[in-house]
Amino acid sequence: MAVEPILVVDDIVKQFETQDGPLTAVDHVSFAVTPGEFVSLIGPSGCGKSTLFNIVGGLLDGYQGRVTVAGETVRGPHHSIGMIFQEESTFPWRTVIDNVAFPLEIAGLPKAERMEKARHFVGLVGLDGFERRYPAELSGGMRQRVSMARTLASQPKILLMDEPFAALDEQTRLLLGDKVLQIQQELKQTTLLITHNLTEAVQLSDRILVMTYRPGKIKRVVDIELPRPRTSEIVGSDAFGHFVAQIWNDLREEASRGLRDDESRKLHATGSNE
Amino acid sequence: MTRSASKFPKAAAVLFGIGCFTALIYAIEILIRIGLINRFIVPFPSEIIASFPRIVIEEGVPSRFLLTAIEALTASVMLSIVGISLGVLLHRVRLVRLATETWIAAFASAPLVLMYPLFLVIFGRSAWTIIMIGFVAALPPVILKTLEGLAGTRAVLINVGRSFKLTPAQLYWKILFPAALPNIFVGVRLGMIFALINIVGVEFLINFGGLGQLVNELAERYDLPGTYAAICFVILVSIVFFVVTERIEQWLRPGT
Repeated sequence: MAVEPILVVDDIVKQFETQDGPLTAVDHVSFAVTPGEFVSLIGPSGCGKSTLFNIVGGLLDGYQGRVTVAGETVRGPHHSIGMIFQEESTFPWRTVIDNVAFPLEIAGLPKAERMEKARHFVGLVGLDGFERRYPAELSGGMRQRVSMARTLASQPKILLMDEPFAALDEQTRLLLGDKVLQIQQELKQTTLLITHNLTEAVQLSDRILVMTYRPGKIKRVVDIELPRPRTSEIVGSDAFGHFVAQIWNDLREEASRGLRDDESRKLHATGSNE
Repeated sequence: MTRSASKFPKAAAVLFGIGCFTALIYAIEILIRIGLINRFIVPFPSEIIASFPRIVIEEGVPSRFLLTAIEALTASVMLSIVGISLGVLLHRVRLVRLATETWIAAFASAPLVLMYPLFLVIFGRSAWTIIMIGFVAALPPVILKTLEGLAGTRAVLINVGRSFKLTPAQLYWKILFPAALPNIFVGVRLGMIFALINIVGVEFLINFGGLGQLVNELAERYDLPGTYAAICFVILVSIVFFVVTERIEQWLRPGT
């Protein structure tokens, strides 16, 4: 019997008004995510990934189509969706533990209970001992783990991540990937990751949706048939390389189009200024 | 480790500051003694220091200091409440912001102290005239810096709040205010400086109240060391307020 999807993105179209007329950022995008599945959306810059992130997260409206979570239509931020953002998003005035306890405080949990729960999630992301530190005292990778713990503390049914490790170096990114895999394994957390990083997508995902450059459409769906549980050691395997090459074949043409488009816009802008 | 390590540079900075200040005092003393600065315009720093006990005992400095400090505190509390509230209003209502922001900025440079006769008519020759002039003159920086802080809150922090389904009130109290606090406190400190300048100025002009009146009286008696010593007490009020606001800011927004 087929498993019912928990997240359904149904025929989403999003246009933005620009000086040159309407721009279609997302064009008839549909996909579904089943409980416990780790799905990545990968595409070149400007393919509408972040627009989709904001639509699924309920932060953006004015689009065609429908997003549903467990059959319920998303109209604004949804309690079942937890979001992790690309930019550094910890609260600098709160300690690690207070950052992580934030959603529990909003939910009205008594202090002792929320601190106990927050401590559990701080431990889950491997930050034991740093509970009383402020974000300014932590590295970029540690701060992103605080953001992750904070979102996980709200115990969302779906974790939505927008290039959470984009600002980190490759080695830290791989190691944090291990941490994500470990958490996913432990919590069976349904996750939708938005990324432009090939290795990150293959390392973490069960399924990868490759997007076209503007307007953003689903070009291909790739099932990552790598064994679980995984670690970053899998990066050296032949199968891993095969998947990376396969996705890059699809992405190369789109990334080239994006680059050409970007250069032509820059040239046009320079020409206008002269 | 980080905290104890950071103690040394802070202590060193304090010592360096005291050293520089002492050197400046000595330099002025020498410049006056060799005649490069006119001793009838600037008295010897040693004379100013020597006049401290005299004016404290004979001129009732403690009560005057307290009066000026209370006036400045009252004006500061009022301008914090009203200024921050107006800053929030301008942040919330775009139309009000567009209509008034330039006027408020222009108002900051208005020499309001010259309108003291009007305030005298409204509030009489009382501490309230002094407080109200200090309060009104100091409002613009508090309003503008509050607005700047709220408007400058990083979009991602607001999106975090939205993703956790915060109500508008929660968004203000839990995210916008803490994020804007450094800016708000810059505004409050600037406002306090504006308020104190105006308070002492009006005390001087209407010959009423605390340290401003004392400066006026000593200047009229041509007691230059006493006048400068009284000005030092005005600076002391300012230092006390600065230290207190810094502590309040650290308490409200730790970790930065």
